[in-house]
Amino acid sequence: MPGIAHLIQEFIRTLPFFMKPLLLTFELTIASVIVGTVIGLLVALLKVSRIPGGQLLANIYITLIRGTPLIVQIFVLYFGFYKVIDLGQFWSATLALAIHSGAYIAEIFRGAIQSIDKGQMEAGLSLGMSSAQTMRRIIMPQALKRSIPPLGNQFILSLKESSLAAFIAMDELFSLARRLSAETFDEMTYFLIVAFYYLLIVMVFTYFVNRMEQHMAKGDS
Amino acid sequence: MSEKQEMIRLQNLKKSFGDLEVLKDINLTVRKGEVFVLIGASGSGKSTLIRCINFLEMKNGGNIIIEGKSIDPKKDDLTQVRQKVGMVFQHFNLFPHKTVLENVIEAPLVVKKVSKEAAKQEALHLLDKVGLAEKADVYPSSLSGGQKQRVAIARSLAMKPDIMLFDEPTSALDPELVGEVLETIKQLAKEGMTMMIVTHEMGFAKEVADWVAFMNQGRIVEMAPPQEIFNNPKEERTREFLNRVL
Ligand SMILES: Nc1ncnc2c1ncn2[C@@H]1O[C@H](COP(=O)(O)OP(=O)(O)O)[C@@H](O)[C@H]1O
Ligand SMILES: [Mg+2]
Repeated sequence: MPGIAHLIQEFIRTLPFFMKPLLLTFELTIASVIVGTVIGLLVALLKVSRIPGGQLLANIYITLIRGTPLIVQIFVLYFGFYKVIDLGQFWSATLALAIHSGAYIAEIFRGAIQSIDKGQMEAGLSLGMSSAQTMRRIIMPQALKRSIPPLGNQFILSLKESSLAAFIAMDELFSLARRLSAETFDEMTYFLIVAFYYLLIVMVFTYFVNRMEQHMAKGDS
Repeated sequence: MSEKQEMIRLQNLKKSFGDLEVLKDINLTVRKGEVFVLIGASGSGKSTLIRCINFLEMKNGGNIIIEGKSIDPKKDDLTQVRQKVGMVFQHFNLFPHKTVLENVIEAPLVVKKVSKEAAKQEALHLLDKVGLAEKADVYPSSLSGGQKQRVAIARSLAMKPDIMLFDEPTSALDPELVGEVLETIKQLAKEGMTMMIVTHEMGFAKEVADWVAFMNQGRIVEMAPPQEIFNNPKEERTREFLNRVL
């Protein structure tokens, strides 16, 4: 184990190097969660809709994503987007992560939509609203609110999963840690330092998610 | 004297859930301004019947004729039909993310495209009528059950329906809150609203009903004005049921 003094010293010395990868990790995470949320919402709506083939399509996607390792997905999707469609490194990585998290986010939305009492849809219909109107104005606002805490969780997962982008040559946090350890043979130090960065972001983010949950609980029955 | 307009007519209405036949050849007519009360044991098909009229359940056979028009769920626009036929549920089904006022103006705004001002004015008038004008800006979660149900009635009335359906509107309420909801419904009856009501409140049924139908195992066993069915039931099963509940 590296000594604590050495760790702190190295932490301070490498601080400037870590700023850009930190930013990239953030960008990757936020972009992939936003795109993943859009994918997830569409897939969830497909799943609860009665569009022919929609459910099947949604189920195939979710099964594929849940049934294969993320690192494999990232390689397949990344090289697909990067080499075949030529989206550039950042967007290829972002889309790969987004397509992965989209499957889990779809399940979050689907669960939230289905958790809304079916009396809500019936009330909307009985008033002469169409099912689409009721979905949009009555069900979705309640379902989205219920989705926020699990989405917060998914954000944390996505943040940690973005470290796998190091393996497709993205210069994010984990990639820098790997390079520093390779250069110095002082692996433990840099992996501990990078772990600290992840932990810090997760804790800050968790704090905000919890605050938001408490805030929302107040307005509820 | 000319016959009053037929608002609801059911002809040989059938409904099954899988193998379970829940409605077996239901025939009935409700005319303009009449109050039609459905009674019967739990599981006899009362909710299913009333939900078929609003097409929350789809019939398997027979005809549903609303204001003279036989409705085909495959061809007709059900949102049009449902605008004429309001429904009040046992569990209120208010929209929890909307204030009382927003609950009431929602459908007029979205479906009828009424201006917000006009919708608000009408909603406040209706809330006043059900005695809840001062609750316009609170959320449903802060209301008692009786208040929630009165808001649900106002919400339904906001669409100016010709017919109102009530499925056990007081069954989820604490006993001391039943009265205020029944009063509101009685008021509607006085104003001439055509209504179909499922209830276990026999005193209320006697008072407001023009017709009472007793249902058993998916059939209407007996249908008569209240004084007849309560004082002089013709069918043995009606008698048994009334002996149990009265
Ligand atoms: N959606 C449904 N699926 C399957 N069975 C149902 C459904 N709704 C009602 N039933 C069955 O239909 C019968 C009649 O139910 P219901 O109309 O709710 O009776 P009531 O309102 O008189 O208590 C019951 O046996 C009930 O279990
Ligand atoms: Mg019932």
